[in-house]
Amino acid sequence: MADIRNNFVGIKSPNPFWLASAPPTDKEYNVVRAFKAGWGGVVWKTLGEEGPPIVNVNGPRYGAIWGADRRLLGLNNIELITDRELQTNLREIKQVKRDWPDRALVVSLMVPCEENAWKAILPLVEETGADGIELNFGCPHGMSERGMGSAVGQVPEYIEMVTRWCKQNTRMPVIVKLTPNITDIRYPARAAKHGGADAVSLINTVSSITSVDLDTFSPEPSIDGKGSHGGYCGPAVKPIALNMVAEIARDPETAGLPISGIGGVTTWRDAAEFMALGAGNVQVCTAAMTYGFKIVQEMIEGLKNWMDEKGHARLEDFIGRATPNVTDWQYLNLNYVTKAHIDQDLCIKCGRCHIACEDTSHQAITAMVDGARHFEVIEEECVGCNLCVNVCPVEGCITMQPLAAGALDKRTGKIVEPVYANWTTHPNNPAAKIAAE
Amino acid sequence: MADGRYAAGIAAGRLDSAQYAENFSDLHPPFDQHEALVEADRCYFCYDAPCMQACPTSIDIPLFIRQIATGNPLGSAKTIFDQNILGGMCARVCPTETLCEEACVREAAEGKPVQIGRLQRYATDTAMARGRQFYERAAPTGKRIAVVGAGPAGLACSHRLSMHGHEVTIFEAKPKAGGLNEYGIAAYKTPDGFAQAEVDYILSIGGITIENGKALGRDFALADLTANYDAVFLGAGLAGVNALRAQGEDAAGVENAVDFIATLRQADDLSKLPVGRNVIVIGGGMTAIDAAIQSKLLGAEQVTICYRRGREHMNASEYEQELAAANGVVIRHWLQPRRVIVENGKAVGLELEYTALRDGRLVGTGEAVTLEADQIFKAIGQSFDPVPLNGSGNAIEMEAGRIRVDAEGRTSLPKVWAGGDCVLGGDDLTVSAVAQGRDAAESIHRTLVG
Repeated sequence: MADIRNNFVGIKSPNPFWLASAPPTDKEYNVVRAFKAGWGGVVWKTLGEEGPPIVNVNGPRYGAIWGADRRLLGLNNIELITDRELQTNLREIKQVKRDWPDRALVVSLMVPCEENAWKAILPLVEETGADGIELNFGCPHGMSERGMGSAVGQVPEYIEMVTRWCKQNTRMPVIVKLTPNITDIRYPARAAKHGGADAVSLINTVSSITSVDLDTFSPEPSIDGKGSHGGYCGPAVKPIALNMVAEIARDPETAGLPISGIGGVTTWRDAAEFMALGAGNVQVCTAAMTYGFKIVQEMIEGLKNWMDEKGHARLEDFIGRATPNVTDWQYLNLNYVTKAHIDQDLCIKCGRCHIACEDTSHQAITAMVDGARHFEVIEEECVGCNLCVNVCPVEGCITMQPLAAGALDKRTGKIVEPVYANWTTHPNNPAAKIAAE
Repeated sequence: MADGRYAAGIAAGRLDSAQYAENFSDLHPPFDQHEALVEADRCYFCYDAPCMQACPTSIDIPLFIRQIATGNPLGSAKTIFDQNILGGMCARVCPTETLCEEACVREAAEGKPVQIGRLQRYATDTAMARGRQFYERAAPTGKRIAVVGAGPAGLACSHRLSMHGHEVTIFEAKPKAGGLNEYGIAAYKTPDGFAQAEVDYILSIGGITIENGKALGRDFALADLTANYDAVFLGAGLAGVNALRAQGEDAAGVENAVDFIATLRQADDLSKLPVGRNVIVIGGGMTAIDAAIQSKLLGAEQVTICYRRGREHMNASEYEQELAAANGVVIRHWLQPRRVIVENGKAVGLELEYTALRDGRLVGTGEAVTLEADQIFKAIGQSFDPVPLNGSGNAIEMEAGRIRVDAEGRTSLPKVWAGGDCVLGGDDLTVSAVAQGRDAAESIHRTLVG
């Protein structure tokens, strides 16, 4: 049986599934329920500095978008950091860590961008026995208006500065949580590394408005007829998160910097994908908020089953295995030629491949052959774009089949070359590097 | 248990009164909003959708379902009514399992088609419940058109003619409009007075007058109409019922299934409606199924459908056959009636002969079986009765016992169009009658206005 014990920057947990800093980790009560359910660790909901507690809105904090049968696809929130007394949180953290020594307990922090504020809170957290801290440079709503959260995360210099303060003032591992609300995730990641971060975690939520009420013309979630952008999370943001994780994992400047992957992790498979791209573990929030803590059981067993099937004995056996396969467009093999193929036995004749191709792409799929409804790829027209595969409702019905080297590409009339060749050497590229004579 | 449960012969009140209401309630309860959204989401929005091609009225099914899915049931209803103004009834009575839902690609994919009929009902019910009318009449043309028969064909034709600005008078032999929707469809498919509600909805466009109790050949002649109107549409349906050709057919207790169903549909109190204890229905179509199931629902102890050919030959869809079986009706195949057994002028049994196909011909095998029966319904098909058309001047051309029409619904007589069950080439479905009525209206409009 696969061993899924996790060691993330020295923080050990029985599995790589942590609950992200969010409402599910705001109180001892919730965290204990999570540990009982089997979660490997938690990042305690963000603590702020000592003083009058944070005030939240008293109307809706969440907005959502749904798929079929109201399945929640994306969730947005305007909740702030913990609104409970600092001392209450610290007391509970200490108690939970004492009661659950085998689980990871990291504390998320967000205090003003002043060294003294960080110097003040770090010893208090250290005293609880927590395993580490996560710097919340990500929340895009509310706190950012006060110069915290993503307001820090959007300025690499601030990230580096605050990270350095923390590293200088605590023995605890420092994880820097990054906001996706920037243009290039590598810059904040590099800044965190320069500041001495032990790891980064990402992504925090994406600035968003989930919908507009067409009767009141208020954005959702609506507070007395008005709305403010919230942080978007859940399955809908996973592709954004995967890319950002990969960008950091393959950036020469940050390669090897541990990453805790966050963003729409809902199943074991999502977790495995994040880890394959270089994440050392994953953090989960929306899935738990949608289905409750029990989902971790599926994640644990699913991951183990997959690892056993594939012969991965430990997490390290597959972490980062997909990273080298992420490259720049210019290095993609232009001699890799595929054609769509429709399995006529599986085809249910909905015609979506045809109309997608006919209306919006390359006119490469028939609708009618010899007077009968029949969908077939016209190889002379097919550019191998994969749109038909993506719109086909039957899994496995349409597949992209690579042409073997030496075969004729009926679209271009050229023979498929057996060698790898990319844009950098393509004759149409004015900047092509000419091979040495 | 009601006292009359096992009363011999043909008797009323076999059930407790509450049981009647339950038995004759909606066969398929309407979708609520969430159910409709979930079901609508199953539609793949197919290209050149097979369901649409299978619909005799060519409703844009993917579009109306998408409109439901996007929270626009009124737009959805308009998409339906544009092609089929009786979309509400068709949603209830269409044999969708042999039309749109059979063609649905989800049927091919997983054996579970999108429930198009119920979605159509959701949309049309929404529009009708809100009293939403989608059509305005064009400027008056001054043309007057006579329509014979206020059934689906006549109503669809009249509505379309009225939309185009023509004045329509419908002559209907029966006291109520609706045709088979009112008199012929099984009660549990269209409960709560839906047929009349739909007639009212259709007529509310204006410009349509119905004269009830006016029968062609009795109260007026076709020549009167052609003389006094700019055009005539015949949507008279099938008045004749095929004979059993069995000895003793005239005995008390032997009835036409269509008459039984019509009586049932018009009954105010089903507990007063008598039904046999042992009922036999002869036939293999929808009428046979409807008569059999409703006999059972009225409390008949044993109901048997006897059909002279095999299961695969039955006109009733597989779904209808299963519905009958689920209601406790026994369907027996390869049996044809030979002799009604009569005592004191009343039917007490039916002697049937086994049949077989030999060299493609149906023949009796000579072996017989006798079944107990105090009520026997004939449901072996209806026929067009051409007699009322006689004396109308030039005889209208007939073919295979029905009126011959061209693709636009034109008969052999100038100024006269026809559609619905009375013409050749239909499939005796409400939805086909609607299509023919609508298309004839367009043809009339083109002819009159050009």
